Amino acid sequence: MGEYFNAAGLIQVSYLVTAFLFIMGLKRMSSPVTARSGILWAGAGMLVATLATFLYPGMSNYPLIIIAVAIGGAIAWFSGRRVAMTDMPQMIALYNGMGGGAAAAIAAVELYRGGAMSTTSATLAVVGAIIGAVSFSGSLIAFGKLQGLIRKSLRFGGQQILNLLILAGAIVCAGLIASGYNDSAATITALFVFALVLGLSMTLPIGGADMPVVISLYNALTGLAVAFEGFVLGNAAMIIAGTVVGSAGTLLTQLMARAMNRSLGNVLFSGFGDTGGGAAGTGTVTGSMKPIEASDVGVMMAFAQKVIVVPGYGMAVAQAQHKVWELCQLLIDRGVNVRFAIHPVAGRMPGHMNVLLAEAGVPYDLIADLDEVNSEFETADVALIIGANDVVNPVARNDKSSPIYGMPILNADKAKNVIVIKRGQGAGFSGIENALFYLDNTRMLYGDGQAAVSQLIAAVKAV
Amino acid sequence: MTGIVALYIFMLAAFTGYEVIAKVPVILHTPLMSGSNFVHGIVLVGAMVALGAATTPLEKTIGFIGVLLAAGNAVGGYAVTERMLEMFKSSGARKPGAGAGKH
Repeated sequence: MGEYFNAAGLIQVSYLVTAFLFIMGLKRMSSPVTARSGILWAGAGMLVATLATFLYPGMSNYPLIIIAVAIGGAIAWFSGRRVAMTDMPQMIALYNGMGGGAAAAIAAVELYRGGAMSTTSATLAVVGAIIGAVSFSGSLIAFGKLQGLIRKSLRFGGQQILNLLILAGAIVCAGLIASGYNDSAATITALFVFALVLGLSMTLPIGGADMPVVISLYNALTGLAVAFEGFVLGNAAMIIAGTVVGSAGTLLTQLMARAMNRSLGNVLFSGFGDTGGGAAGTGTVTGSMKPIEASDVGVMMAFAQKVIVVPGYGMAVAQAQHKVWELCQLLIDRGVNVRFAIHPVAGRMPGHMNVLLAEAGVPYDLIADLDEVNSEFETADVALIIGANDVVNPVARNDKSSPIYGMPILNADKAKNVIVIKRGQGAGFSGIENALFYLDNTRMLYGDGQAAVSQLIAAVKAV
Repeated sequence: MTGIVALYIFMLAAFTGYEVIAKVPVILHTPLMSGSNFVHGIVLVGAMVALGAATTPLEKTIGFIGVLLAAGNAVGGYAVTERMLEMFKSSGARKPGAGAGKH
């Protein structure tokens, strides 16, 4: 054991501990009961690894390292503590892009230094550099799109061919460098330029609705880039953590894409996912929208056995989730069975709506996802739709001509009474007419989300 | 570390990552993505080593940017994941009236 009683040995043992803490942390984060402690475990692992690295033999530039950690860490900490929960997806994209950029920077330092690098190391360094740089610039575009800084999706003919040409350019540079045929500074610089431009041109045509899948993909890619640069540096902590994130992130990307009823290939190469796309299939709806007063809804809900709330992103935009929970607590105190039904795309990414409801104080065991809750609508007295539209549109089940045909929906139309809180009579976000609004058991409660729910609270209190 | 050992680590870690989150419910997708985003913030240790070994001004500049970005990834990833997961509570933990009427 004597070999572990020096700085290098201590670092190795610390990295082992870190790998253990990371894996346990991720494991705990995949269940709601233990999730909170999971991030603490992972955080402890990061701290151990970072402190141990200061002992690395032969390191210099300590002042620079400390200044960089302090500046980067402080900016990220304050932005991370302050960001609104609704803006969480783009914030994750931003931090992820930084990780990819860091992996690319490691590759750049190693490559520009040159010297003795085996072909394997050099290959992994350049591949990691490409992936990291793509993840960096792509994540920045994803951030810009979700933040509303980039509003248009840039699309033109031959775009895929152009992307392939840029990728080919990067691969040629990578091959020249890895084989040692031409590893001049100019070639290395060209490699990074190609990779950064590829990230931009790949991400610009993708619409905002598909961005979560893309962010998740870049998250997995950053993990992979980190693992590859870990090989180059002979750093086991980076290899393990990077690979775990690479594979977990790939699985998560698939799960998200499936939850959103999209395939990854579709997201990356077809340029769908732009909200406000097709407005077809409008002629099949018959009947009329029937308004209702808040006081009537209040009575209906107060005397119901079971109420299912279907929130959509519109509720979060109106910041009505706190009021909705206040209303639900009143109902629970009256003995009503209240459930929240969450469609995977209710928020801006799968799971996002759960975070927004959790912020308002809704316990997670009242929240059910699509598969759990769909059979329960038939026994519900009231389905309260607030800020959701396409995800409860029954045409997705039965109208083959509709652009959303085949998308899994919440069967809110099966409830005895459906109450829709809506600003006005206009068509929804996607421009697709919602057949649910015209059903005999549906009533429309017009008004701003927050104001309408406040009226409902008053109405229930008055019962 | 020899190449074949590194490959073993790579393979086992890949299976681990897959298995560890295989049963994650949809409600945790966003926090888990954020949590895994934090975990690859380990790139910080690599960036520190790279900057620690940098000699020319170019290497130092890129290394500095690398550490800055990596620290942002690690610290920011932790801050947002912790904030999200802090809010997940079960009914048992609910105090009467808690959480309502904020904002």
